[in-house]
Amino acid sequence: MGMTLTEKILAEHAGRDYVEPGELITVKVDLAIANDITAPLAIKQLEKYGIDKVWDPEKIALVMDHFFPPKDILSAQQIKISRDWAKKMGIKNYFEGQDSGVMHTILPEKGFIAPGDLVMGADSHTCTYGALGAFSTGVGSTDIAYIFATGETWLKVPETMKFTFYGKRQKWVGGKDFVLTVIGKIGVDGALYRAMEYHGEAIKDLPIEERLTITNMAIEAGGKNAIMEADEKVLEWLKDKTKKPLRMIKADPDAKYCCEYEFDASKIEPVVAAPNLPSNVKPVSEVAGTPINQVFIGSCTNGRITDLRIAAQILKGRKVHPDVRCIVIPASDRTYKQALKEGLIDILAEAGCLISTSTCGPCLGGHMGILAEGEVCVSTSNRNFTGRMGHPNSQVYLAGPAVAAASAVLGRIAHPEEVVGTKEEVAV
Amino acid sequence: MSIIKGKVWKFGNDINTDEIIPARYLITTDPKKLAEHVMEDADPEFPKKVKAGDILVAGKNFGCGSSREHAPLAIKGANIGAIIAESFARIFYRNAINLGLTIIESPEAAREIEQGDIVEIDLEKGIIRNITRGKEYKFRPLPEDLRKIFEAGGLMEYAKDRLSKT
Repeated sequence: MGMTLTEKILAEHAGRDYVEPGELITVKVDLAIANDITAPLAIKQLEKYGIDKVWDPEKIALVMDHFFPPKDILSAQQIKISRDWAKKMGIKNYFEGQDSGVMHTILPEKGFIAPGDLVMGADSHTCTYGALGAFSTGVGSTDIAYIFATGETWLKVPETMKFTFYGKRQKWVGGKDFVLTVIGKIGVDGALYRAMEYHGEAIKDLPIEERLTITNMAIEAGGKNAIMEADEKVLEWLKDKTKKPLRMIKADPDAKYCCEYEFDASKIEPVVAAPNLPSNVKPVSEVAGTPINQVFIGSCTNGRITDLRIAAQILKGRKVHPDVRCIVIPASDRTYKQALKEGLIDILAEAGCLISTSTCGPCLGGHMGILAEGEVCVSTSNRNFTGRMGHPNSQVYLAGPAVAAASAVLGRIAHPEEVVGTKEEVAV
Repeated sequence: MSIIKGKVWKFGNDINTDEIIPARYLITTDPKKLAEHVMEDADPEFPKKVKAGDILVAGKNFGCGSSREHAPLAIKGANIGAIIAESFARIFYRNAINLGLTIIESPEAAREIEQGDIVEIDLEKGIIRNITRGKEYKFRPLPEDLRKIFEAGGLMEYAKDRLSKT
């Protein structure tokens, strides 16, 4: 019996020829990561048990991104705990402030991830790296503490769901619309304990950045991980970024999937996830006209260069609506510099966007754009739970960068064609 | 230790970690401080109303969302005895076991138990008794490997001999 992509990587890291769903296995970890919220709790656990060295300082990365730059004294203390510990443990891959940014954007950029890797992270969006052909999943602080000490963890081999996107996508439709369509179809627990394997020509057609958007949101369907086969495009994207060996691992043709879904990309419209669940997905046309107070373009989901290009394409020569604060946060310092070089920052600033230093910031209601009672935000981030971005009675609509930028211009939820007409081409 | 008895607080489906402990409070790792805000965005009065030993009962996908271990830690900090749910999100499930927090998956019990019921859980026998309504439910014990971690009081406690040799 053949294996799915996830099963193959898990088998390899368990030192086995074959694994099957339901087995509990112990795996060796290639990279273990934590952030400024989850690292301090892991450090507390390690210190409580007198563990004063880590398994391999080279294979641990800490990224200060959630409350960075520190928003108050207590968050500054948490960052200091992480920094001091990283120094003590000899962890060089500690990032804050310079050439840094949001963890799931900077780690692929810096070449920490290669196809076939097994990555464990104390952050639920660790599943992002699946677009590069890696197995990656989120855990809590105690799990990551154990991994920091031993380099190993236990995993249950998940069943794999197969999602195939065929056909050619419409203008203004991107990775975010694909993944929201999936979550809308299967629900926020539709992939619970399962792997999500993506295939099809419409996936291969997407730039790597937009593929990362899709795997990023596996957790919003309850998934353990999402994964895609590393193709030529992935290898090309990675070749100047990493020194790790680049290989193409494919699922076996006779791999067993617990279920299969097919989507015709040409039928997918720009969509939003309405409050208060990522599965509450509707075509933009259905909610167009809803007045908004804030737009957030950024996060580990949609804060990459391709997202800023789309936003700039729509905002070029236009103005953000006076009733809206439009916050744009490039998700890494490299993204910011690239956007500067391409003139995107100029365009966005001229349009009246507020452009901030790289941080998770408003995505989790941390800082840099909190909502008051009754306020409504269109956000390119990943969660719209009750109170996620501020007051429990505020509302978040999740969308891709095109819908977010168009909504910023009109001051209400809007289809990009309402702003640019139907003639402009997608510039990606 | 193996019998847990308490009053039930009932919640719906997809209770996420943002509701269990909103991100604005993630600037501490102190369970007592976190407990002051436990479930606040689902029910603002909850931290004041909940008493030690009370039991949470919820629908599907309890603990979905962020990996923040502050969520089970806030529940532990409030001395909540156990959580019964139709299902748990996977990261929350791992975190709860790793911290020795009692979680029980029982769709039938989770659906039928009501707000304010008095419920008794016999961990050894795998039985939930609804004292108020005189009804019993059997539940499947944790898989052997996870039960060992839970019974030791969590992953670090379970692994401390191994960890001391690293």
